[in-house]
Amino acid sequence: MSTAVPQTGIGSAALDIERIRRDFPILDRTIHGKKLIYLDNAATSQKPRAVIDAIVHYYQHDNANVHRGVHTLSMRATEAHDEARETVRRFIQAADANEIIFVRGATEAINLVAQTYGRVHVGAGDEVLITAMEHHSNIVPWQILCEEKGAHLRVAPINDAGELQLDEFEKLLSPRTQIVAVAHVSNALGTVNPLRKIIQLAHAHDVPVLVDGAQAVPHLPVDVQALGCDFYAFSGHKVYGPTGIGVLYGKEELLAELPPYQGGGDMISSVTFEKTTYNVVPYKFEAGTPDIAGAIGLGAALEYVKGLGIDRVAAHEHDLLAYATEKVGSIDGVRLIGTAAHRAGVLSFVLEGVHPHDLGTILDREGIAIRTGHHCAQPVMDRFQIPATARASFAVYNTKEEVDALAKGIRAAQEVFA
Amino acid sequence: MNDDLGDLYQEIILEHSKAPRNYRKPATANQEAEGFNPLCGDRCTVYLDLEDGAIKDIGFEGSGCAISRASASMMTQTVKGKSRAEAEKIFNQFHKLVTGEGDAISKAAELGKLAAFAGVSKFPARVKCATLAWHTLQSALLGTHEPVSTE
Repeated sequence: MSTAVPQTGIGSAALDIERIRRDFPILDRTIHGKKLIYLDNAATSQKPRAVIDAIVHYYQHDNANVHRGVHTLSMRATEAHDEARETVRRFIQAADANEIIFVRGATEAINLVAQTYGRVHVGAGDEVLITAMEHHSNIVPWQILCEEKGAHLRVAPINDAGELQLDEFEKLLSPRTQIVAVAHVSNALGTVNPLRKIIQLAHAHDVPVLVDGAQAVPHLPVDVQALGCDFYAFSGHKVYGPTGIGVLYGKEELLAELPPYQGGGDMISSVTFEKTTYNVVPYKFEAGTPDIAGAIGLGAALEYVKGLGIDRVAAHEHDLLAYATEKVGSIDGVRLIGTAAHRAGVLSFVLEGVHPHDLGTILDREGIAIRTGHHCAQPVMDRFQIPATARASFAVYNTKEEVDALAKGIRAAQEVFA
Repeated sequence: MNDDLGDLYQEIILEHSKAPRNYRKPATANQEAEGFNPLCGDRCTVYLDLEDGAIKDIGFEGSGCAISRASASMMTQTVKGKSRAEAEKIFNQFHKLVTGEGDAISKAAELGKLAAFAGVSKFPARVKCATLAWHTLQSALLGTHEPVSTE
């Protein structure tokens, strides 16, 4: 396979993709006798050896509970957990490590905000504003809240390219809007939202903004202070880290005033049967023994990406997506779903005469993994009046040769159904 | 085509998926049920004209992959004219066939045309596609009004 990957993005030296591929042990395996071509990265990414090793090392050498003991291992585990938090802080440019709350993933992060900020600030007749391209995880927590409070969920529309209609979004901001929750990058369409503009508009109405960054952190540089967002949620497993760990960033002054999310150990300062005093942020939101190994694995993943350079990762993936858009988009019968001017990581499409599931099965026999279905974004499917799409999604280790194999597989599927 | 794929996408299955039979709501329909596969968004509505416990007429509508469309189409042909108990029995055998349970595959011929679905047993992820219409039929026969789900 060629290692020559032309770069057209941000002016930086090209990544050595062949070398990077060797960092990911799973890429050596075969599927149905074919070399694995993993194009389901928006569902979850594969893990580099650095992450696998960090988790194994932790369990083999440092495992103990955190914040609990004076013994050596407990201190080592606590230190490693704290270091991971600091790594996350640097990665998303937060002002303070106390603004980084470890959660299970973006889903839990959003639920946390809905159940704390939402329960305090959203009342009867109030409004929560989201967009028509949200993942179910950024819809359902707000629906639950609105139902409980007698509030209303408002949805800003998208155009036929899958881009947010900013003028409509602005019109939906009202004195009743208590929070805006919006994807940084759409998981089903790949659309990159104009976050700065969205945040400016919301802040002009004194409305805080939660950003679902699950599909952004692996693909774009994220600077939460430059964005000015109030909350930012993402999952570790989509950015080469383990499953079961994710992050909620929140501005410290916002987090400090919020009630706890769950009660338990670690989130308290003192407990009597009469009264409990809560711990400070971030611990107030981290009840119970955390996923220590997961946090350490996430720290290793972010260090790995930092080592590659997120700008260079973004440039490589940008090239790959442009190549795939041309290569797959030019196949007769392919209709791309999501053609926003600014996209990242995702190529969603439907194929005339071939249902996405059948395509997925046929590609799997060629060793090619793609996602087929509604991508946990049924309202997006309804918007485009389709039941499902096929989605190829990219990571730093993907190559143009793999895109060529995808295009060949699509043609083979067309022949089956010709 | 890969052998397993050839077993899955047999000619008769491809043919039914492209031109499904009984894709309609019979004017005399007196029972119906809706089925969903929430993982993939496939949906299916089965309409029955049920008289004295027998399926006098049957039709279906919906959207789905080739396997689910062909399965629904061939199901309607198979159960038309059958009693409720006979339809249940065929579904039971069909379910064993597509999941590869016991000796169902060696006895596939008993199912007539439906034997073509034996290839599904090598694709566990597709069993739900093959059974969606049947689960929906079961619900329509029972006259339950809750949509059925494959989950």
